[in-house]
Amino acid sequence: MNKLISLVNVFALLSLLAVGGGTAVLPQMKHDTVTTHQWLTAEQFTDIYSLGQLAPGPNMNMVSVIGYHVAGMAGAVLVLLAFYVPSCTLVFAVGKFWDHFEGSPWRDAVQRGMAPITIGLMTSGVYAIGRTATIDIHRALSSNAITSAITIAVTVILLNRHINPALLILLGGAIGWFVLGTG
Amino acid sequence: MTQTTGESIVVEPAPAQLPQVSLPRLFWVFFYIGATSFGGGVIAYLREHLVSREKWLDESHFLAALEIGQTVPGLISTNVSVIVGSRLRGVMGSIAAAVGTTLPGAIVVFILGLLYTRFKGNPQVGAVLGGVGAAAVGLLLAVTIQIGRREIKKWQDWVILVPAFLLVGLFHISLVPVLVVLAPIAIQLNRPDQDEIAAYHEKRATYHAQLAEHHGKQAKHHFTVKGIRRHGHE
Repeated sequence: MNKLISLVNVFALLSLLAVGGGTAVLPQMKHDTVTTHQWLTAEQFTDIYSLGQLAPGPNMNMVSVIGYHVAGMAGAVLVLLAFYVPSCTLVFAVGKFWDHFEGSPWRDAVQRGMAPITIGLMTSGVYAIGRTATIDIHRALSSNAITSAITIAVTVILLNRHINPALLILLGGAIGWFVLGTG
Repeated sequence: MTQTTGESIVVEPAPAQLPQVSLPRLFWVFFYIGATSFGGGVIAYLREHLVSREKWLDESHFLAALEIGQTVPGLISTNVSVIVGSRLRGVMGSIAAAVGTTLPGAIVVFILGLLYTRFKGNPQVGAVLGGVGAAAVGLLLAVTIQIGRREIKKWQDWVILVPAFLLVGLFHISLVPVLVVLAPIAIQLNRPDQDEIAAYHEKRATYHAQLAEHHGKQAKHHFTVKGIRRHGHE
């Protein structure tokens, strides 16, 4: 029961802190679940994040797996609700009076001001996942070399070609199966 | 004196002709988007279906929804779904849209999660997820670089971006104090100048004067001189 309350508290707060999208709260989500509450190991967190990439829709649906891991079925459902309901309610309310500020110079200032914060937080999100998924000091050098190569290759391809990222994610999984599995 | 609110729509930028969309249809389209949008770029799928195929809203309304969805906390794709759903069918529409976008992926991830728990010790599963994770970091990095190229225009942006990364990414400071400190500074650095504010207030005053005129009322004195003059001409 206490775990359920903690789960709801953690994810409801994350919901309202996700400025500019879910990636912004990845570092804090990892910190809360791995370091503060010790519900998961860093590797499990990264594995669960990776699972989320294999499914369609918003890439943060994987929070349900964290909920399930901690508190079973009830945990999964409550975490999903806690993570979506607060921000959805807020955006519904803001959407109602947004037009009222059409052309307001302060609305532009808020948007321009939040952009660098969002990008700084997204970079933190990349770092939080990359620190385990791309380079992890606990793994062998050869394994780190392969994961680094995959990360760099995917980045370069996506910046230069119009290609569905899902194909590259699957390709990464296939390379993992054939190369990482034997190492 | 009291006129129907229907007439005041003329002066509002409100959506002129909203298509009639049934709730089940609304849910189905968002559910379809939620079930087919692999690879993260849900926004592109939303635009393709809502603007190009269903023609439920035009490009400018979609961009307006995206603007709100990016500014308000939460997942951008879910936020955009809530706004579009609300425009089309009110509260029920926004719930149908948000659930539709989220549910299929949530079910798939949940099943994958069950399999993961079952095959946790399997080295091949770990190897596949290792490759997927490394590719996912590449996807996140590419998206961050693309948005960064578009949004970061002046040196002041770096004064905000770098501390945001260091505080949250490296020092694990909680997002609450970081946002409480950085957001006001960032907005202050981008504050509009006096001319912009003055121009905006003048525009609003004119708008209110026109609104008052529209309702056949006497323009009140605080609607600026310009408003009164306009009214006086008639």
